[in-house]
Amino acid sequence: MDYVIVGAGPAGVTAAETLRQIDPDGSVVLVGAEADPPYGRMAIPYYLIGKIEADGTYLRKSDNFYESKGIKYVQGVAKSVSPDTGKLVLSDGAEIPYDKLLVATGSHPIRPPVDGLDLAGVHHCWTLEDARAIVRLIGDGKDVVLMGAGFIGCIIMEALAVSGANLTVVEAEDRMVPRMMNQTAGNMISDWCRDKGVNVMTSARVTSVTEGGGKLSVAVDNGQTIAADLVVVATGVKSNAGFLDGSGVETEIGIKVDNHLKTSVDNIYAAGDVAQGPDFSTGGWDVHAIQPTAVEHGRIAALNMAGKDAAYKGSLNMNVLDTLGLISCSFGLWQGTEGGDSVERIDEKKSRYTILNFEGDRLVGALTLGRTDHIGVLRGLIQSNVRLGVWKDRLMADPNRLAEAYIGATRVI
Amino acid sequence: MVKALYMSISDCTGCQQCEMACSYEHEGVFNPAKSRIKVFNFPEEGRNVPYSCTQCADAWCMQACPVDAIYINTKTGAKEVSDALCVGCKVCTIACPFGTINYNHATGKVIKCDLCGGDPKCVEICPTPALTYIDAEQTGMAKMRLWAKKTDAGQAAQS
Repeated sequence: MDYVIVGAGPAGVTAAETLRQIDPDGSVVLVGAEADPPYGRMAIPYYLIGKIEADGTYLRKSDNFYESKGIKYVQGVAKSVSPDTGKLVLSDGAEIPYDKLLVATGSHPIRPPVDGLDLAGVHHCWTLEDARAIVRLIGDGKDVVLMGAGFIGCIIMEALAVSGANLTVVEAEDRMVPRMMNQTAGNMISDWCRDKGVNVMTSARVTSVTEGGGKLSVAVDNGQTIAADLVVVATGVKSNAGFLDGSGVETEIGIKVDNHLKTSVDNIYAAGDVAQGPDFSTGGWDVHAIQPTAVEHGRIAALNMAGKDAAYKGSLNMNVLDTLGLISCSFGLWQGTEGGDSVERIDEKKSRYTILNFEGDRLVGALTLGRTDHIGVLRGLIQSNVRLGVWKDRLMADPNRLAEAYIGATRVI
Repeated sequence: MVKALYMSISDCTGCQQCEMACSYEHEGVFNPAKSRIKVFNFPEEGRNVPYSCTQCADAWCMQACPVDAIYINTKTGAKEVSDALCVGCKVCTIACPFGTINYNHATGKVIKCDLCGGDPKCVEICPTPALTYIDAEQTGMAKMRLWAKKTDAGQAAQS
């Protein structure tokens, strides 16, 4: 069996390893688009601040990992797929035949239609190559404008602030991390960042970037103009599915897959950020662009590609973010549900916040700020679908008793 | 024979000496907040429950790590964190459904039970049979595995 995996992020690498384990006789080809060995984008902020070298971002650490596992690593960019002949075509014209193909090509940053984003000194922070360019431009006292305060913008913000930059963040929505935090928590994060010296603008859009006198000039629709040595664009991402045009593989916000992570075309599967997979909380289909989902997708897609029957119950939308030392987490239906109970606790002085959302006596979503201990039980409580019984009332009275609720309700011990 | 940390709810008195021993062994200080084992109190039930990582087979933390910083100690079976490789991204802390891998603000890295390399100090100090280090098959870990399975997003994939 010839397995071909296009995309060498966490989903692709996990799939390659899984296929190797369960089908020792199959051929496994892993195609990565970038010059660097497979690495984790999650680690890029730590490379930016010098906490690790580039090799600290690598997904697997030994020098000959892929070779030693019998995984053939090919560097190349996917150009098209021909399901009729079973071939993946690369941009250099190379054709790779497959019996089963996994698309794990992730996503790429969106460049919004703003004049001047093609100037030198304007960068995305998406690849290791982007990060190398940014490292050359940052330093103590540099003026940096960050476009976008979503998850990716915020995770980079930490690194930019550590570098000693005079940092301005321009976010179009009315709060920071709007797709991960509600108004209360988003505002608390803004207050925290302002307190640390970051100039945070919300409900504001960059209208143009111009160059003059060796500096960039960033115009914002609130009337302000900011001088910058570096502009980082982090205004969202889009799935890398364009090369599938004409293949018959259906896409929406990502590649549409079934609960076995198979696409609309036989023998083609999709995993990770590019896949619009089953959502545990809603029963619908969504892109959950997070490391744990990528790894789960990679494993489950590989099992199905190798002929096992592995149904996926869906990924849990969750995330963890560190904004200049304030740690926030989101899980599941953090916005709450109609008719469901909620309990909320705010301690503004200590920048602590918790909201728990229930449906009946089950926990379905949560947000936290300023707490890290035993935080994973929120995933456990939601995804095990455990009935809380008496623990619902106890949590409504004191939402800090999360770990006790998990231990008590699951009787895990 | 793989041994496991067995945590019994009926024998724990809530003395918290395990937390002291753990934090001293790993952090060099007597500070329960830095312990990798935690005793939870259940006043309604009049019960104390020692709680830590059971080195589960699913190894959610290890699977979720983007930089390969969590590995299995082949001698003890413990999932251990490499301080040299951990970048402190905290993804493992939300991925572990038991909440037993935690972020350490002081070091900017995560910490979890490593079974002290096969000689767990919490067991050594425990004055009752609440904490024992015994044959993994006798620990009643089946229950923990059951809950791990219920949480598993790809349940059928386990079979």
